[in-house]
Amino acid sequence: MAIFDKFKSGLQKTRDFFSQNFTKLAGNLGRFDEDMLEELSMLMIQADVSVASTEFIINQVKDHIKATGDDQVETVIEVIRKAMAESLGPSQHLEIDPQVLNVLLMVGVNGTGKTTTTGKLAWAYRQQGYKVVMAAADTFRAAAIDQLEVWADRAEASLIKGEQGSDPASVVFNAIQAAKSRSAQILIVDTAGRLHNKKNLMDELAKIRRIIAREAGEAKVTSLLVIDATTGQNALFQAQAFNEVTDLDGLVITKLDGNAKGGIALTVAREAQLPIYFAGLGEQIDDLQEFDRDSYINSLIPEDFNKAQD
Amino acid sequence: MFQSLSDKLTNITRRMKGQGRVKEKDLKDMMREIRLALLEADVNYQVVKDFTNEISEKAKGAEVLESLTPGNQIVKIVHESLIDILGGEQEKLAVSPTGFTKIILYGLQGVGKTTTAGKLAKQLKDSGKKPFLVSVDVHRPAAQEQLAVLAKSIDVPYYIDTANPSARDIAKKGEERARYLMADTLIVDTAGRMTIDQDMMDELKEVNDQVKPDERLLIVDAMIGQEAVNIALEFDKQIGIDGFIMTKLDGDARGGAALSIRKITGKPIKMIATGEKLEDFEAFYPDRMASRILGMGDVLSLIEKAEQQMDEKLAQKSLERLKRNQFTLDDLLDQFLQIDKMGGMEKMLSMMPGASRLPNGAMDEAVINRYVAIIRSMTPRERNSYKLLNASRRKRIAQGSGTTVQEVNQLIRQYEQMQSLMKQFSGKNMGNIGKLKRLFGNKLPF
Repeated sequence: MAIFDKFKSGLQKTRDFFSQNFTKLAGNLGRFDEDMLEELSMLMIQADVSVASTEFIINQVKDHIKATGDDQVETVIEVIRKAMAESLGPSQHLEIDPQVLNVLLMVGVNGTGKTTTTGKLAWAYRQQGYKVVMAAADTFRAAAIDQLEVWADRAEASLIKGEQGSDPASVVFNAIQAAKSRSAQILIVDTAGRLHNKKNLMDELAKIRRIIAREAGEAKVTSLLVIDATTGQNALFQAQAFNEVTDLDGLVITKLDGNAKGGIALTVAREAQLPIYFAGLGEQIDDLQEFDRDSYINSLIPEDFNKAQD
Repeated sequence: MFQSLSDKLTNITRRMKGQGRVKEKDLKDMMREIRLALLEADVNYQVVKDFTNEISEKAKGAEVLESLTPGNQIVKIVHESLIDILGGEQEKLAVSPTGFTKIILYGLQGVGKTTTAGKLAKQLKDSGKKPFLVSVDVHRPAAQEQLAVLAKSIDVPYYIDTANPSARDIAKKGEERARYLMADTLIVDTAGRMTIDQDMMDELKEVNDQVKPDERLLIVDAMIGQEAVNIALEFDKQIGIDGFIMTKLDGDARGGAALSIRKITGKPIKMIATGEKLEDFEAFYPDRMASRILGMGDVLSLIEKAEQQMDEKLAQKSLERLKRNQFTLDDLLDQFLQIDKMGGMEKMLSMMPGASRLPNGAMDEAVINRYVAIIRSMTPRERNSYKLLNASRRKRIAQGSGTTVQEVNQLIRQYEQMQSLMKQFSGKNMGNIGKLKRLFGNKLPF
């Protein structure tokens, strides 16, 4: 399945939600007035777009109507799509530098899907022919290591692990040595889920980050915050707190195929100024995809909206 | 990132200074701030809309509009209405009359079902029950092992079968095993699933039909956004919900979903999970949740300000009576009721995380209630002159209030102590209400 199709099918629910309500909204008039803009804000907030980001988008529309006097549905939709694109920033591809060790540090709160994402990423990079080492740095959650081991088998990547309850930083230390001695190009570090307001756990993560900087100074390190698409406004606090500790490079949005409409993705990307690199769109091993901005926007507001309306 | 609700409302009220009363527009602005605060707490949009409409109606009542601090009064109304929706009394977990209770846990992926199963088992075990754990998660790698590790750590028997692809069959065999071991509570941990995944929902239906649980608990992550309502409705429609457990409340999410789900499904929140350790499992308190949704401390301090005003009026009255040396048991009763009205010790304790584990909170509340009952069992004459209280009257009062003579004596003794202390003070400058309060605070037995 092509990426675009995967996105489309994954986000079908969101797509239906927006286009149905949109159709209702724009159906009778063909023009946007104040009430319709209010309704549109409501739709975005119900998709977990933050109040601030909703206002940003709606204000773009208002400004546009004020400046041009054009309040036709087609124009307004185009303005909204542009504002969404601006919020998300340009689509970005996570470059792997084959000359050095590429360390991907997976962080996030509990239950967002870090271990699953680690497994899927390992598989994807193995498919591309890279030598991949995984580090089971979640030594806290019961059976987290076993879970990653299953993924390591599926992906045919090597796994470096310690005892449950051991110091995760030492696992990372060992994994870096192993990755170097095996001249692997990619090391993916799966860390334990931690709530960002827990100082001790965040300190532990900072220590892991320091170990990576010290032991793999020449490596290209990418810190990825894994966010569950079902999350509400708390995701912003997560981004802020994890950024302070691990200097985030980007986001992975998981469970985007699920119940959530995933507006939090747009919110965090815009308000925390972070690119979204990957999206989890299903439970299969190949269901992790590069985040495609335009497909995402299409899933929210279809380009062929007017045709869909007919 | 979020400006506090109280700051915003204060800004609006400041603007209103000098105006005789609250204008329609001011009220509208305040409602907007409340709406935003609730949305930022992830309360469902529709719930927020209905809620602010209700608040707006209530706020139009004379009391708010005539108040000197309408902002505070409105926050108070909001807070109380939230508590109302979140549910008054504690709802306990079901216990089957057959002596074998079956509990099933389900929810989306990553909400903490397995950890919650462990917590629930530990709590049951600690309260003298014989729980038994089963994991029917045939999907997530190592999910069953995770439950096994947790079960072993709390020494609770369990059943898993990683070779068996049928969740329903594992549930059946698990139950047989539990019955064989004479356990009294079966806890079935299921795989995480999305409600739009019909295959997975069908599997859950099968398991549910097999187990026929007494308690179907939806596990909800405190960080969940707007979709919470649809998820709860869908699980309720397809499986049925008896209650829900909210997890990860040790984070800083405001947990607005608690309000949405409760309002839309009418189902109670039975427990909350507040940490990574298995003992971090607590009863649900609507007032704490309400404060949390509104942004916690700042709201409480506002409400306290509103309440202080009432308190000062009463203190003033007490002071007058005190000056005339007329502080009777009736006045003392007033004081008790006032403390009770403010939430008393329990409220103060409720602001401290983990306070539910302290047994003395309940005790203090009990002491106040006992004293109130004792004074209410007295005749008006007795309340006015406590010296009438001879042995036979005290016996009657003890019987009437369901207490003991010792407890009646204890109250009288403390009242006497108070009186003598007040006499010491009455000669000096008693203009300072704070002093009087300190006196009450330090010398009363709570």
